[in-house]
Amino acid sequence: MKAFTKINGLAAPLDRANVDTDAIIPKQFLKSIKRSGFGPYLFDEWRYLDHGEPGMDCTNRPKNPDFILNKPRYQGAQVLLARENFGCGSSREHAPWAIEDFGFSVMIAPSFADIFFSNSYKNGILPIVASAEIVDRLFKECEATEGYKLNVDLETQTVTTPSGFSFGFDITPHRKHCLLNGLDEIGLTLMHADDIKAFETKHKAVQPWLFA
Amino acid sequence: MAGKTLYDKLWDTHEVRREEDGTCLLYIDRHLVHEVTSPQAFEGLRIAGRKAWRSSSVVAVPDHNTPTNHWDRDIEDPISKTQVDTLDANIKEFGSLIYFPFKHKNQGIIHVIAPENGAILPGMTVVCGDSHTATHGAFAALAHGIGTSEVEHVLATQTLIQKKSKAMLVKVDGKLGLGVTAKDVALAIIGKIGTAGGTGYCIEFAGSVFRDLSMEGRMTVCNLAIEAGARAGIIGVDDKTIAYLKGRPNVPAGAAWDTAVGYWNTLHSDADAQFDKVVELNAADIEPQVTWGTSPEQVLAVGGRVPNPANEADATKRTGIENALKYMGLQADMAITDIKIDKVFIGSCTNSRIEDLRAASVVAKGKKIASNITLAIVVPGSGIVKRQAEEEGLDKIFIDAGFEWREPGCSMCLAMNADRLSPGERCASTSNRNFEGRQGPGGRTHLVSPAMAAAAAIAGHFVDVRIDTAATAEA
Repeated sequence: MKAFTKINGLAAPLDRANVDTDAIIPKQFLKSIKRSGFGPYLFDEWRYLDHGEPGMDCTNRPKNPDFILNKPRYQGAQVLLARENFGCGSSREHAPWAIEDFGFSVMIAPSFADIFFSNSYKNGILPIVASAEIVDRLFKECEATEGYKLNVDLETQTVTTPSGFSFGFDITPHRKHCLLNGLDEIGLTLMHADDIKAFETKHKAVQPWLFA
Repeated sequence: MAGKTLYDKLWDTHEVRREEDGTCLLYIDRHLVHEVTSPQAFEGLRIAGRKAWRSSSVVAVPDHNTPTNHWDRDIEDPISKTQVDTLDANIKEFGSLIYFPFKHKNQGIIHVIAPENGAILPGMTVVCGDSHTATHGAFAALAHGIGTSEVEHVLATQTLIQKKSKAMLVKVDGKLGLGVTAKDVALAIIGKIGTAGGTGYCIEFAGSVFRDLSMEGRMTVCNLAIEAGARAGIIGVDDKTIAYLKGRPNVPAGAAWDTAVGYWNTLHSDADAQFDKVVELNAADIEPQVTWGTSPEQVLAVGGRVPNPANEADATKRTGIENALKYMGLQADMAITDIKIDKVFIGSCTNSRIEDLRAASVVAKGKKIASNITLAIVVPGSGIVKRQAEEEGLDKIFIDAGFEWREPGCSMCLAMNADRLSPGERCASTSNRNFEGRQGPGGRTHLVSPAMAAAAAIAGHFVDVRIDTAATAEA
């Protein structure tokens, strides 16, 4: 996993609540057996006017001019502003793979769906939960200010706006450590292989039928 | 000290270690695997030169991409076929307890085949790269969906890195009316607490309504916990749980059965357990439900009217209603029963078990689907469900009524195979998600119970199945 420390990135506002992972990456793209290459199909049904299929070259597909990420001013955005319950629905990790591949490394919303939230961390993306008031403020400022960039610092756990307004965010020490150092969680867990084996022996003694 | 919740008991018996910040390693007993969310995980193991920690924990089946008709033609979409072939190869290389390849007589939806083959036991931790893993909470198992990185983590370490959620109790007491089913209860709960209402919680369902439900009905309710935002939904063990398990393959027998049952009977919340949140509904208030929008929380009783955005004060919610009405092609204030449909889908991990097919067949028996219905399909959840339904003659009832009787699979729930809606088509569906494009780009989904779907197929529009059921009962 790639590490995340800090960015000063252009923000783009996606003003919809309950954005589900089917919208983030439609099902036809889930047929891939790879982890990469999903970025061009991010929000496919909203982003393009035609129907997308896996393997399609997206450079000449007709784009929906009304979709926020197609606006010239949001090209190159790295911070996605979103509304409540972002990433609800299916557990598909293809959703954060598409978000990361597109170029986002931070998402800020009042709430995220649980599975999507943890999937994001595994892919070097930082999902930040902020109060509805703060998110509302960021949406308004972002829409009003072309080139609106947010400074996101994981070490100090702060987000700072161009006007200097700053707010903190929570993250568990474990996730912070993994993200800052781009650590492979499996490698970390296997350092506790003896604990797992000891647990397994005890578990098997109590519920042997689980190991039939 | 307060007693323990069922969630506490399941968690505490699986915690391998705990960091200071509360991050835990949780041991995983059962790992369900399907073809869509696993190839990158197996590839990760291969690249790192890792083996599966305990392949006998794995139960696998291809279900999302598999066709539900013309099995003689194999899988025609080459990309789908590659994904299914990749699962075959990965299971062959890494091993499993149970694997039913495409066309195996017991093949079906992972969340249907696992319980019916005794692979889900009370007290287990169960994961799958699939959000509807919540289904298995019906057996007092801690079961939830995970992402592909976590699939790889579980394959390699038999554990999951987790923080404990909060505990919510959803209590529904009283008696359900005739024609009101587990699906309606679940949709009514989602309508009440919203699709984010359960975020951060494990929901325990308790009360007389859940005790009265069959194991199939309980699976339907737990399956939909994720649509309320909760990763897991659980129900305590009772005699029905034990009776369902007895004699199935992979379930302990003899003396081990007695010991296991003794333990399983402790798997319920203590009387003095404390929950972080309690939500109560009255069974008598629950009517057959129909979703009208593009989120499962956008749901109404069948007698209701589509909401008017003008009556919504909250701006984000108002925009949400406007977007949903536009996408769904509905007028504000129109009666649910005036909504005409084009297609009907009876199936999915939510509603494709034998009881679901029986409920739909009661409504369809001796009737014909309406002339405006272009396609009505019944997709059993597994080969076992299909054979049982055929033994009971349900296939004949559906075929006589004009339904197509298909082979098992996920099918039109998420339309990864050829079963899908065309743009603008409207479907009465027993599945779990009415998101934009879920059943095909531009498709419009209304979530209902199997009985309500069958009734809509016969009428050509939504109707109150209770009227239909009463007529059937008199006949």
